[in-house]
Amino acid sequence: MKVISVDKLTKTFGSFTAVDHISFDVNQGEIFGFLGANGAGKTTAMKVLCGLLSPTSGSATVAGYDVYRQPNKIKQNIGYMSQKFSLYEDLTVLENMNFYGGVYNLNNEQLNTQREQLINRLDLHNEAKKRVSELPLGWKQKVAFLVAIMHHPKIVFLDEPTGGVDPITRRQFWDLIYEAAANDITVFVTTHYMDEAEYCNRVSIMVDGRIDALDAPASLKTKFSADTMDEVFYRLARGAKRGE
Amino acid sequence: MAKGQKMLRIQFLSFVRKEFYHVLRDKRTLMVLLGLPIVQILLFGFALTSEVKHAKILLLDNAKDVASQSLVTKISASSYFDIQQSVQSYDELEEAFKKGKGACALIIPYNFASDIQHGGGVRLQLIADGSDVNVSKTVVNYLTAITGDFVAAQHPTANLPMHISLNQHMLYNPEMSGSMSFIPGVMALILLILCTTLTAVSIVREKELGTMELLLVSPFKPILVILAKAIPYLTVSIVNFTVILLLSFFVLDMPIRGNLLLLYAEAVLFIIACLSIGLLISNLVKTQLAAMLISMMGTMLPTMIFSGIFFPVENMPILLQAFANLIPARWFYVVVKAVMLKGLGFSVVWKEALVMLGMTVGLLALSLKTFKVRLE
Amino acid sequence: MIGLRNITKTYSKGSVLAVDDVSFFVDKGELFGLIGPDGAGKTSIFRMLTTLLLPTSGSAMVDGYDVANDYKEIRRTVGYMPGKFSLYQDLSVEENLHFFATMFNTSIAENYAMVKDIYEQLAPFKKRRAGALSGGMKQKLALCCALIHKPTVLFLDEPTTGVDVVSRREFWDMLRRLKSQGITILVSTPYMDEAVLCERIALIQKGRILSIDTPQNIVDSFPVALYAAKSDGMNALLSDARAYPHMGSCYAFGEYLHLTLKEGSVEDFSRYLGTKKHSNIEVKSIKPGIEDCFIERMTGN
Repeated sequence: MKVISVDKLTKTFGSFTAVDHISFDVNQGEIFGFLGANGAGKTTAMKVLCGLLSPTSGSATVAGYDVYRQPNKIKQNIGYMSQKFSLYEDLTVLENMNFYGGVYNLNNEQLNTQREQLINRLDLHNEAKKRVSELPLGWKQKVAFLVAIMHHPKIVFLDEPTGGVDPITRRQFWDLIYEAAANDITVFVTTHYMDEAEYCNRVSIMVDGRIDALDAPASLKTKFSADTMDEVFYRLARGAKRGE
Repeated sequence: MAKGQKMLRIQFLSFVRKEFYHVLRDKRTLMVLLGLPIVQILLFGFALTSEVKHAKILLLDNAKDVASQSLVTKISASSYFDIQQSVQSYDELEEAFKKGKGACALIIPYNFASDIQHGGGVRLQLIADGSDVNVSKTVVNYLTAITGDFVAAQHPTANLPMHISLNQHMLYNPEMSGSMSFIPGVMALILLILCTTLTAVSIVREKELGTMELLLVSPFKPILVILAKAIPYLTVSIVNFTVILLLSFFVLDMPIRGNLLLLYAEAVLFIIACLSIGLLISNLVKTQLAAMLISMMGTMLPTMIFSGIFFPVENMPILLQAFANLIPARWFYVVVKAVMLKGLGFSVVWKEALVMLGMTVGLLALSLKTFKVRLE
Repeated sequence: MIGLRNITKTYSKGSVLAVDDVSFFVDKGELFGLIGPDGAGKTSIFRMLTTLLLPTSGSAMVDGYDVANDYKEIRRTVGYMPGKFSLYQDLSVEENLHFFATMFNTSIAENYAMVKDIYEQLAPFKKRRAGALSGGMKQKLALCCALIHKPTVLFLDEPTTGVDVVSRREFWDMLRRLKSQGITILVSTPYMDEAVLCERIALIQKGRILSIDTPQNIVDSFPVALYAAKSDGMNALLSDARAYPHMGSCYAFGEYLHLTLKEGSVEDFSRYLGTKKHSNIEVKSIKPGIEDCFIERMTGN
């Protein structure tokens, strides 16, 4: 089943084409890596898919809803987390959960279950009542991720979720991603760590607004006869005109 | 050493130019900077001048002689007053007051004509409805002027003492001279808001952006940062001051009686004092929001209350009067009124100027001392 | 050229320990890397060395000057690129460079040779406002601004964070060229794969140095044998491998798992995997990378 389906999606700002006729599908429960050089149009494409920007042309459905006509429906059915903003630093872990539970209309029972699950999963018994600002970055990111999927969205969008996180926590974070995917939550993730690209079922690589490659990491490596995803990415992105 | 000085000059100019770029490229802020004074002056000016046109007054003419008749004619001929009703007695007057027929009443004494003739002084009584302080103050002003003209015309050689007494229960600040006194007040307020807030915000912005980190790691001297920040806002403020003066003069018909150069010199002094407050604030806070709030609440509010612009300082408890003396705008307000409206010279306002100078030097020294050469 | 002796830095009256008794020395002309995640204390170390913060205890020298007492001298001689992009967004590329040149008592013309290589890449955009540049370009401009006064020591705090692989490679090429001109460079990065590009590195975590050496020596000193394993179902493989009774550590590393064994042979482990339902199992002995070492030190301490 396809949860994201994009066909010739284009977004222009004046004379600048940020996203240039991209087409791809993402299956339910898939971990989809959305890679690209700086300025390739990743962020714009992600905003369109999250219902924050209206596309210029082409079509796209997310969680079965049309990005032109039903952006609000989309927002109800997705989760979003970014490295830059995820949780309110001056609220405690529990307060953050209550807040997001409210935003996504969870009832008390659901909220309690989720709270318990999250605290047990991350072993936060002593920290649940601490302000988020007191937690180490790695923990924050893990909490943020679980909060983002608290309402069991069809898709969760992750924008560089592991930037700056230590190597062990980074891997623990990916454990959480795998668990979410196993629960049929589709994961749409961007990252600058190329080893993380390997953890995805499929990755797309954007260059100058286009998707220049899309396949499973192993197939991409074979295709470009490269040893690592790093090398694949480098070969594709090196030719980018749009240095800005 | 000469090379060092040249370097310093180039550095400084380069910094100032950068600051001008910031100011000029932020079009929206610049519009507010230049538009705010215009809007404020026009609002204050027109709101207040229209209030005193065609004020309804009651008249009790006890003299009923030729002199009083011609005074009444003169008064009703001016566009400021409409004589609503002539009454015959105090009882009748009170009745008319109660019915709300007029905002004030003018009482002409029995021997008005002979008072003028014999040089015994003119005593007019004005009873005002205390609820409308602005109107009654203005009315007193205009009546004084009109009566003064009248007496002078009647008796050109004599220099008669004139007295218009006001009913006691009304708040009255004899130093206030009608709506015109608001213009110097608004001037002080606008300069204060602009200079303090903008300098504070512009330095704190560098902290927030992280550029302050780079500046600190350079050999650049803190005093130059502070001065360079101040110059563009000093310029904008002087432009604003000029605009306010032009507007007051041409649109609001305000007199500029004193020496323009003196007025500008005092304004620059006041602006520098405000800039120093802004610099001081910027040294103490970390976010632009905090800088904005502190400079707004911390300077504007006390200025509105304690500078004498809206509330007479003389009527305050002695402790608050002492506090009011710490507000730079209080001194600037006195100076502008004296120079602009009364046409007085430096010999009269030097004390106020000296106080402002002292404050400025103190504030600048303090802001230099609190300027942190490190991040914490 | 740079020397730290028992440097400790605490914040909030001692309640937050950012840097914990750190000592290391960087030689003249060396390219030295501080490798660690966010919150490891890298930025605090940079700020102390650039005289922006005073150490809580300990002492540090930069180019022969003490960071606490001789801050004016240090500020004249060092170049600094903070972690956050810290240039004026509303000034153009050219204006930014000109401004910082003047702040350091020099001019673009005087030291153009220093930044020529990098600035030429920026030249087509020199009239563009810095705020409108892409991540890679911003980073190049920031480097130019940090170099324009010919510093003897260059401090680069996470210059490649958030920058794509292509720009990162270009950036490291630039650093190598700068090093060849004799500039001492202290650079920090959260990307472990960049560690091998430095001459010597310090692995740092939670304010403490885990180890200091050349990348090669650090890799060579990995205490046990390291194996890589993969199969068609990596998620299942990870949980099966972790359930193996003699498993030391086991983490995903790209398409492989990297694992160490507490005891027993790798053949035993392969046989164990064979009993689980996996297809296309591959287990091989590998050389550790810096990230393996980092994880090993993190868990070892």
